[in-house]
Amino acid sequence: MTVRVGVVTFPGSLDDRDAMRAVRLAGAEPVALWHGEHDLKGVDAIVLPGGFSYGDYLRAGAIAARSPIMAEVIDAANGGMPVLGICNGFQILVEAHLLPGGLIRNDHGDFIRRDQKLRVESTDSAWTNGFTAGQEIVIPLKNGEGGYIADDATLDRLEGEGLVAFRYVDVNPNGSLRDIAGLRNERGNVVGLMPHPEHAVEAGFGPDTDLAMRSGTDGLTFFTSVLKQSVLN
Amino acid sequence: MSDAVAPAIPQPDTVDNAIATPDKHQPYDALGLKADEYQQIREILGRRPTSGELAMYSVMWSEHCSYKSSKVHLRQFGQKVSDEMREHLMVGMGENAGVVDIGEGWAVTFKIESHNHPSYIEPFQGAATGVGGIVRDIISMGARPVAVMDALRFGAIDHPDTARVLPGVVSGISFYGNCLGLPNIGGETWFDPVYQANPLVNALAVGALRHEDLHLANARGVGNKVVLFGARTGGDGIGGASILASDTFSEGGPTKRPAVQVGDPFAEKVLIECCLELYREGLVEGIQDLGAAGISCATSELASNGDGGMVIDLDAVLLRDPSLTAEEILMSESQERMMAVVEPSKLDAFLAVTAKWDVETSVLGEVTDTGRLVIHWRGEKIVDVDPRTVAVDGPVYNRPMQRPEWLDALNADSARALPRASDDSELRAQALRVLGGPNQADASLITNQYDYYVIGNTALAMPDDAGMIRIDEESGLGVALATDANGRYCQLDPYAGAQLALAEAYRNVAATGANPRAVSDCLNFGSPENPEVMWQFARAVEGLADGCLELGIPVTGGNVSFYNQTGDVPIHPTPVVAVMGVIDHVDRRLPSGWQDEGENLYLLGVTRDELDGSAWAGVVHEHLGGVPPRVDLAAEKNLAGLMAAAAEEGLVTSAHDLSDGGLIATLAEGVLRFGVGARVWLTELMERDGIDATAALFAESGARMLVSVAREDDVKFRGLCEGRLVTVTRIGVTDGEIDGLDVQDRFTLSHAELAAAHRHTLPERFGAVVGG
Repeated sequence: MTVRVGVVTFPGSLDDRDAMRAVRLAGAEPVALWHGEHDLKGVDAIVLPGGFSYGDYLRAGAIAARSPIMAEVIDAANGGMPVLGICNGFQILVEAHLLPGGLIRNDHGDFIRRDQKLRVESTDSAWTNGFTAGQEIVIPLKNGEGGYIADDATLDRLEGEGLVAFRYVDVNPNGSLRDIAGLRNERGNVVGLMPHPEHAVEAGFGPDTDLAMRSGTDGLTFFTSVLKQSVLN
Repeated sequence: MSDAVAPAIPQPDTVDNAIATPDKHQPYDALGLKADEYQQIREILGRRPTSGELAMYSVMWSEHCSYKSSKVHLRQFGQKVSDEMREHLMVGMGENAGVVDIGEGWAVTFKIESHNHPSYIEPFQGAATGVGGIVRDIISMGARPVAVMDALRFGAIDHPDTARVLPGVVSGISFYGNCLGLPNIGGETWFDPVYQANPLVNALAVGALRHEDLHLANARGVGNKVVLFGARTGGDGIGGASILASDTFSEGGPTKRPAVQVGDPFAEKVLIECCLELYREGLVEGIQDLGAAGISCATSELASNGDGGMVIDLDAVLLRDPSLTAEEILMSESQERMMAVVEPSKLDAFLAVTAKWDVETSVLGEVTDTGRLVIHWRGEKIVDVDPRTVAVDGPVYNRPMQRPEWLDALNADSARALPRASDDSELRAQALRVLGGPNQADASLITNQYDYYVIGNTALAMPDDAGMIRIDEESGLGVALATDANGRYCQLDPYAGAQLALAEAYRNVAATGANPRAVSDCLNFGSPENPEVMWQFARAVEGLADGCLELGIPVTGGNVSFYNQTGDVPIHPTPVVAVMGVIDHVDRRLPSGWQDEGENLYLLGVTRDELDGSAWAGVVHEHLGGVPPRVDLAAEKNLAGLMAAAAEEGLVTSAHDLSDGGLIATLAEGVLRFGVGARVWLTELMERDGIDATAALFAESGARMLVSVAREDDVKFRGLCEGRLVTVTRIGVTDGEIDGLDVQDRFTLSHAELAAAHRHTLPERFGAVVGG
């Protein structure tokens, strides 16, 4: 059985086609979902891709979090369906209260694009089970509003319960508190992160590695993880 | 104003009114029209123009829209054309952008355009809308935009105003391009005091399409609907129109409007997707973007290129500000708008697609065969013109030209007279200075603000020699693009300088392994009313046209920007040349530095003692004089052929062209690309080419490339060079044991020293690079 992974396109989504390519390269079937509909088309998992949904007016992700399809996505997530939010998708998950905290303007004020080293802090999730704990990976990062914030109690809880999924290593590129790059929820089906795993899935088009130019494919494991998870279920 | 409280309701200046009041004074001069141009308009119409017509003519006959000073010279691009150049050209100059066949049923369209003056006044919005405008040109051809690039020129790096302009321009490009989801895959940044009050912001966009999807800007089919869609029309970008507004009614009218347009990339992103869906569904007969001159330009150009007539109801235009006058609506440069010609039977389907994307749409009128462009407003006829007289048959000037008197003295002032390093330690110090020169230094501070990953097809981007995009995901077919212009060379000799810009962009594309195929240019010059500038322009165009003919690649389109000057001092002539090349499979592409140790480093081409106008002369001696390096396009072509063959056969692991900064810059960047060191020796090169160490390291002779070759491919590679008559010298080896660069028997530069020299310059002025 082919696993079907939905990728939601909002007006202003940019990396939706990239996310669909990543799903395909992982061996699953990408399914296009449209922001204005209430139809999840029977998918097994959902990706909220990067971009500037609705122009990021008001706050990044704020309007998208209240779009028609998100009602279904929230229900599905609460029912245990794997949901991955990448960059703007992470912002949407936070605005939809599927993950705690908030994302604010980078501390240095500029948009930043860089190949970012991350440490996998939690493998107990639908999207990270293919990594090993503590594994260091390189995933492209590109955002203007990637600074993760939460109050101390929340941060302590996240760390205490092992809900920090990824941390920035060597360089904190945006002022995120406690170097947090990504989170998972308690159940492990919802993961959000600022870096873009869908840009490190195909040799030739990913970040440079020590072996060859643009050959990094660390992001593919996100998508193969959910495949494994969905087959097991 | 009288004691009436309500603002005056603007009365339209109708055609009937124009006939009835022939002697009414019109502010043509304030709109930029000369007295004889105004007279010409009266003769064309057989009466005075209405204020709406005057608005249209003034903006369409402006230098920016009509190319009235450049036209007589630009014709060469259409005349100096060989069969080889025609072979792949699907659409040439004159359309929104040229279209080139790249094989496998694919075509690409690309164009570079300036947004210089707005970017000085308001750097962020000026640069942002520059990106938006060029991207709409690409959509107008029926293509999906796939990448952007930018060529930037700023004033002195240490001038306080540069610290205002640069961050604004960069964040404007970053904001707009990133929000559109288009990878920014390269470009260049130069600093020179000549650009102090006149930065150059040239933006390039490239799009891909299947051959059958080509769309042209024409209004054919009598009865077809003329549809305006996208953002609403507002009062931005209509500096000129406010003059008319104040003429039409003295007080109580709209306040003065911003002259620089404001961009909304979100609206443009949605517009792109909407247009592409309209194309896919076959719902569009003709299409035109709205840029400079807004509705005036779109209606007159569409009508001129089609059946010749169009009737428009201006009241149907959706407005942001209902107080806009007809003249302002005609001239508004509000961004993110498109105009389409749609068959009546397809109108409902068209409207369904725009509704799906929440794009506001209104039907303005229809195509006629009357040969007249007729525009109504508030029930009255306010425009009735032959559209060709507006859009096509504008004035053409043969401006006087004068070779600058100062040029002989400048050419005589050669860098040969400059003192050279007296020992190796001075040579080493000069090398570090050149690597940190404002135009040689690492530009990560800028390029790190651009997303080059989006769409997932970027095979190369900065810091490699050219950007490269995969066009076909199945076959791996791709295109490479590079932009270049060395204004210093052009100042010394605009003919040779333009050819050197062409040669460098061509060589940068060749360095990636791609075959150069077509050219777009953005010609930035001073005032055409200055005979010396006009001479520079004519020489540069001639150089470019001759150069393209010799290389066998056509100019497919571009843009002219005049009146670039600081006070009375014109900028250096800056013909930014973009070359596009094709590669059968992007897997074959080459990076600009080596990643493996134990490889041989070969220098291809001949080095001459050419330091006039070089980075060495500029950075070390603050000198500009002499004559630029010799142009040898036959050698460039030969070198490009070799590179394509070497990449195809996989004989080369990296390639980096030699240009500003000379061999030392190429070597340093080669080391820094992946952090693998190298040992090089200059003796053989110096003996063979009869040059000293300064020339060996810093000369900027053309047609040269540094390549790395794995040991096992050594014999084959040398054989290839021999067969193609390319001069080749082994000048070093890559070596992981060496920390940085060892110039044997002369000096060493550690990796840390190279990195510090190359990377400190921009952050020192404009702030730290994230992650160092």
